[in-house]
Amino acid sequence: MTTSSNEPILRVERLKKNFGGVLAVYDVSFELKRGEFLGIIGPNGSGKTTLVNLITGFVRPSGGRVLFKGKNITGKMPYKIADLGIARTFQMVRLFYNLPAYKNLIIPLCSSRVRRMRGGKYGEKDDEAVDLLDDMGFERDSYVPYKQVGTLPHGYLKRLDLARAMALRPELLILDELFSGMSMSEVASTLPLIEKFNREGLTIIMIEHRLKELFRVVDRVLVLNFGEKIAEGTPDEVMAEDEVKKAYLGIDVEIPPDPGTA
Amino acid sequence: MAERDFRKKRLDRGIKARSDTIFAVASTKEILYLLAPRFVPVAILLLLPLFLESYWNKVLVYACIYGLLALSWDFLASCGLFSLGQSLFFGLGAYIAGALNYYFHLPTVVTIPVATLAGGVLCAALLSPVMRLRGVYFAMVTLMLPLLLMKVVETTGVFGGTHGLSSLAGFPHEMLAIYLAIIGFLVCLFLFRRIMNADYGLILRAIRDDDRSVMSGGINIYWRKSQALFIAGAAGSFAGALMTHHYQFVGMSTFALDYSILPVAAVALGGPGTFAGAALGSMILVPLSEALRALGGLRIAIYCGILIVSIILLPEGFFHYLARKYHQFERIEKIK
Amino acid sequence: MSLLIYGLINSVILALYTVGFSLTYGISGIANFAHGALYILSGFAAWTFMNAAGLPFWLSGILAVLISAIIGFVFYWVLLLRLRGIPLAELIVTFAAGVAILELLTWKGFYGIRYSLPVLVRGGVEIFGVGIDYQRFIVLACGVFLVVGLWLFVHHTRIGLAFRAMAQNERTALSIGIESDWIGSLSLAFGAALAAVAAMVVLPLGVMESTIGYEVLIYALAVAIVGGLESTLGMIAGSFLIGYGQIAAARYIGAKWMIIVPLAAIVFVLAVRPSGLFGKFKELEERV
Repeated sequence: MTTSSNEPILRVERLKKNFGGVLAVYDVSFELKRGEFLGIIGPNGSGKTTLVNLITGFVRPSGGRVLFKGKNITGKMPYKIADLGIARTFQMVRLFYNLPAYKNLIIPLCSSRVRRMRGGKYGEKDDEAVDLLDDMGFERDSYVPYKQVGTLPHGYLKRLDLARAMALRPELLILDELFSGMSMSEVASTLPLIEKFNREGLTIIMIEHRLKELFRVVDRVLVLNFGEKIAEGTPDEVMAEDEVKKAYLGIDVEIPPDPGTA
Repeated sequence: MAERDFRKKRLDRGIKARSDTIFAVASTKEILYLLAPRFVPVAILLLLPLFLESYWNKVLVYACIYGLLALSWDFLASCGLFSLGQSLFFGLGAYIAGALNYYFHLPTVVTIPVATLAGGVLCAALLSPVMRLRGVYFAMVTLMLPLLLMKVVETTGVFGGTHGLSSLAGFPHEMLAIYLAIIGFLVCLFLFRRIMNADYGLILRAIRDDDRSVMSGGINIYWRKSQALFIAGAAGSFAGALMTHHYQFVGMSTFALDYSILPVAAVALGGPGTFAGAALGSMILVPLSEALRALGGLRIAIYCGILIVSIILLPEGFFHYLARKYHQFERIEKIK
Repeated sequence: MSLLIYGLINSVILALYTVGFSLTYGISGIANFAHGALYILSGFAAWTFMNAAGLPFWLSGILAVLISAIIGFVFYWVLLLRLRGIPLAELIVTFAAGVAILELLTWKGFYGIRYSLPVLVRGGVEIFGVGIDYQRFIVLACGVFLVVGLWLFVHHTRIGLAFRAMAQNERTALSIGIESDWIGSLSLAFGAALAAVAAMVVLPLGVMESTIGYEVLIYALAVAIVGGLESTLGMIAGSFLIGYGQIAAARYIGAKWMIIVPLAAIVFVLAVRPSGLFGKFKELEERV
């Protein structure tokens, strides 16, 4: 399922968002090719999650455009964007705690996108959900897929959220701090999964604080600070830049001038 | 301290087939255990009209009609839409059926189904702009719409104005009306339960709990909510149409507050979320309110009192209490 | 010209109906559906003080406002304390309490021509060829005073700032030592008091009836929906839109069409901008 075309699958043009007077994202532009693996890093509060929310339609941009497969999706409703093939996970997992784990996957499996991709009809959804969880490392014979979500440990919830996003059969997957709250061993077992998805042709954007793990898998990194893109390139290139060091390590910290007044 | 040495312990009864999806019942005793709470009330309800006198049969029709409204309220509440205006659904259905019969002389076989469907569509259309908003907006708008529509009918005199439309077609036999009400009520009850336990209902409940998560699953939540509004609206409109033909009259009072408050009170009393609670609540409240008929206008105040007390003191509702008693037993146990 | 003046007065009356509801909702997020009931209840309370106890109108008015405030306060501690944070339950309980009050009033026979409050100043004056009685001037002054006073109070006093802090984030407010139950009950008390003040100035214009309670609630909700729930500016805009719309409809189409105006305004606003003219569009905003 490799794709050869070089047209960008996602193009973000001068995206802006301000909450009241606070600039959360300012003038961020980037492009993403099909099959690429992009990492987005930045200190806390640098606008990473807002950027995800802007792309997936959960927050309306104050300016700029988002193009997905050449189609303008700026300000579209989240379900519409998900329907086009952008799936996401949430930093704070949003699962249904009083349902069994596999029932959480029923929701994306009921979407019109999945029906379209299955050729116009739904399959046996419960079986499909258990299959998906099995792929995600929750073995079908174990108790996990059938347990109430509320009783599962936090690391499992993150992976369940990933499974929920994958159930939508996305073309672009956005992972918002998937690894936060996971143990080392959980990260070690999840990372190969994500790499496998990418090898199979899935385009991925990954927001992460664990740089070591992130740099092992991504093709390209984008660095945000105070809502602005301050660097872009391969992991090595990016970490060599002074501004990134400043932002991350706090060397010679200075508050940048307010971009709104500039 | 005697209280400290003992505690109340609750245990599930030893029935294996208590899960939602697995049915592996072994003995007839267990089958009876599971079926009795469903079939006994249904049987009682179906046989009751044969033994009651005419006055109490009317009360029974009332109870079923309010029961339908309560079910429709509970259905909407299950998808996170809290309505304070069931009389909107009721009144729309009643007026559609009445107008079709009055102006076009259509028979009941036509007017009731048409009113049911058209009422559902109209409710969904009227309320669809509101369901984009969360919180109290939906309740506010549903509260206002019937009251305003009532004023509109009153001041502009459409559909007979304050006099209403009278001498409409009735049912050929009283029993027909009674059984139509009972069967409509039972069908709604079991249909709604079935819907909510299916994947379709799972999505509706998920929308109530976290609409963003559902949206990120590629589900058009507004379309789903419109469908839910249609279903609930159709149930309410059916009740209205039934009432119109039962009384051979439709008037402004179909938009009155009674039809909004009593269903909510019934659900609050019976317990929300299961539909059985809504049904139980209306079966308790309506006969009770008949008994209080002598009090006249004070009745609504009493519904309100029941509503407040049951929300504050018995938030889980009567039905959950009964279900717990049925499925679990309690014993006092000594703490070692 | 008369259209302009009557429209203005009508708008201010609507704003008076809404101001208490809007205040309570803005501070504690409680939609007090007993608002209309408290409005008319305080009217009857004032009447009772005057006619049964023989007190002068100004004193009974003050007493009625106090009573209404106390009822609002007690509402919180008795009815709402256990239900905080469940908007639906809050709403149903206040609504049920309101309906219970109204139905009890009707049952006790509080309707008829003999129930009316006196005007403060008799007589009237003619301005630009339009006759206006003094009471309507008082309504006007009172409306302006309340709206401006409310704005100053919320933005420039200590307790007002505490109110605002709580309106923005209850947990944070708690963590910096603002007690939310206390503020919540005060917000209900203030809202109820404002309802009573409105009743004292508006009710003398007509006859009192318990059904007015529903009407006040409907208008207050209509204004709040049209203008947007939490915004003072929205409240003003909503009252003016509906107020002038009603007078214009009465003038050009016929008095019976007045009631259509709030309905039409709601339908229109909901279709165009569901959160109200000045409401914040909170539908999707998410800050993680």
